[in-house]
Amino acid sequence: MNAASAAYALLFYAAAAVFAGGLGYRIFGYARTPAPLKIPTTPAPVTRGGVALRLLREVVLFESLFKSNLWTWACGMLFHAGLALVLVRHLRYFTEPVWGWVAWLQPFGVYAGFAMAAGLAGLWVRRMAVARVRYISTPSDHLMLALLLAIALSGLAMKFVAHTDIVAVKAFALGLLYLDWQPLPPDLLLYAHLALVALLMLIFPFSKLVHAPGVFFSPTRNQADDPRETRHIAAWAARLEPPR
Amino acid sequence: MAADVKAPPLREFPGAPQTLAPGAMAASKPYVATDKMQQALGFPGALADDWQQKALGRMGELLGKYRSLKVYMDSCVHCGACADKCHYFIGTQDPLNMPVARQDLMRSVYRRHFTLAGKLFPKLVGARELTKDVLDQWYTYYNQCSECRRCSVFCPYGIDTAEITMAAKEIMDSVGYGQKYSNEIIGKVHRIGNNLGLPGPALADTLAGLEEDVKEETGADVRFPLDEKGADVLLVTPSADFFAEPHVDSLIGYAKVFHAAGIRWTLSTHASEAGNFGLFIGSYEQLQKIALRIREAALELGVKRIVVGECGHAWRVAYSMWNTLAGIGAGGTDPFAKALQSQLDARYKQPMHICELTWDLIQRGALTLEKEANDHRVVTFHDSCNVARASRMGDAPGGQFEIPRAIIRAVANRYVEMPKGTTREATFCCGGGGGLLTDELLDLRVKGALPRMEALSEVAERHGVNFMATICAICKAQFTKVLPYYGFKMGMVGGVHQLVSTAIRLGPR
Repeated sequence: MNAASAAYALLFYAAAAVFAGGLGYRIFGYARTPAPLKIPTTPAPVTRGGVALRLLREVVLFESLFKSNLWTWACGMLFHAGLALVLVRHLRYFTEPVWGWVAWLQPFGVYAGFAMAAGLAGLWVRRMAVARVRYISTPSDHLMLALLLAIALSGLAMKFVAHTDIVAVKAFALGLLYLDWQPLPPDLLLYAHLALVALLMLIFPFSKLVHAPGVFFSPTRNQADDPRETRHIAAWAARLEPPR
Repeated sequence: MAADVKAPPLREFPGAPQTLAPGAMAASKPYVATDKMQQALGFPGALADDWQQKALGRMGELLGKYRSLKVYMDSCVHCGACADKCHYFIGTQDPLNMPVARQDLMRSVYRRHFTLAGKLFPKLVGARELTKDVLDQWYTYYNQCSECRRCSVFCPYGIDTAEITMAAKEIMDSVGYGQKYSNEIIGKVHRIGNNLGLPGPALADTLAGLEEDVKEETGADVRFPLDEKGADVLLVTPSADFFAEPHVDSLIGYAKVFHAAGIRWTLSTHASEAGNFGLFIGSYEQLQKIALRIREAALELGVKRIVVGECGHAWRVAYSMWNTLAGIGAGGTDPFAKALQSQLDARYKQPMHICELTWDLIQRGALTLEKEANDHRVVTFHDSCNVARASRMGDAPGGQFEIPRAIIRAVANRYVEMPKGTTREATFCCGGGGGLLTDELLDLRVKGALPRMEALSEVAERHGVNFMATICAICKAQFTKVLPYYGFKMGMVGGVHQLVSTAIRLGPR
């Protein structure tokens, strides 16, 4: 164990705590806040089951974005699908023995890294090239793309440019899980990759990245279209009813 | 037509504007409500010294009461999906009329005052203090949103700018910075019973005149009953239907339908307004106060059904919110809701849209229709935003698109659709909704109508369309005013029940 390894171990505990705690706080806040009026964007499903399907299409296929703009949809899809596969691929560092389906997905995960980077690059080009999107962009929008792209590129570099000792990385990761700290290989690329990931986890709950849980709580998407059949009323609104 | 207002030229390839015109609409703002109008609704008369603190306090309160606002403040990723979807942006090219930019006027304040990132790094995340300049910008640009929800269709998180506009208007009202047009009208509803300030005797007089007119036209004794206890149906319709053109032709249409079907119906002086501008200013309290008038009239008159006339936002409030606000609907188990719901006939949808009622009668063969009577018209249908994206008709999703079209096809031979992407849930607002139907905003209204006018012009040139039917009082008034700016006749717009009125045959069959 060296000082750098210990620092990274502590960093990841802190990042995981902030990530989980911050996100939990957000989700709790959304769940606790009432939606006093029925406002689904219609045509909307009329049953809860239909709503679940609508949310699934929104989350998996980006249905609304598809209707809006094919370029943004394609780049967003490349990035998110790529990221999902890459995350799954990384499960191999946290499981021993590696789960069968995770092992099976490994070769796809490699290409997913490129897809993720390509999607991010496309979104960034669009942010700079389209006047409308450039107008609404804040510095943090650019930095967020830079951060994600740096994570993707540093990861790809360890696979295709300068291999790192992944057996040792896995030992470090498992050590974190089982509170049996192991040294991290002294590799600058790896240090950079892990530091950026920790940074992402730290800012996630305080940034626009909370769109991930947000979409599930969006009343225009998660409400059933049944206002004539059921009486929908929030607690604070019920108190406003006139006495009879 | 006002000489200083000019329509933008129709474009060969309608779509997203490729250039931005920052500040183009910075001077467009409606008159501010007077202190009397404000105080009549329980709002402060004017901005006080501590307005900023009060505004932020109100904002915090709304963030705790409305999940929509809370989630939408956090979730936007600036992807730009909504950016080119707003008719006001398309018509003005002012970037602050992009839905995301309009939202950011509030989001920037939210970040500065309510988030850690904005408190620590305001520049980085685009956070701003709520200064007087920012408040003025709110007043200018939140009064350039018609709350039509077109952006919410395309947002990957369903962010609805209307929710944010409504919150902004409520915050501004709560610090004494309200909009004259909407707040004056709400005052009239409370004082007199309708948006136009038409008192009971004048209403009775108008209706008697209509009975005479219809008798002359058809020879039938079609009645326009007012405040008749024991009627089966209470019709609640926008007050514009009582005398504005072309609105009144639809009122005549409803009366003929009731007459032909033998339905006992009545209007009410107390509830002589379907419109509910409480929606436009985002005030739950005002929404409810106005909706309660319908409840009171229904209980007073003992009606079995409540039917709503051709009005877009009124149908949104009636369909989506009356059950919540006033217990008009079904499924209520509390004493408040049950008091009314046990009186209403559960075999019918409560409330019911006049188009649902008419379509049901047509399907059952209860009406005699002569389609040829409309042969001088080539008809198209303009979906009104609040009906299209915030309500439903019939049993299946999308009934709000199919039922009015089915009625038109049943009463007219020549019907044409406007281009895809401009109808149904992607319909463009007329440019006058959301409390913007006021003369001082005419420039904005004319420009905001651009995408609809482009679509109309295409079917007018290609298919000779000469009648655009719609089921909204605001659409009718707005188009009557702006059509001439685009070289169309103002009489080109009318109601679906105006077409029904032309085709329906009364008397013995």
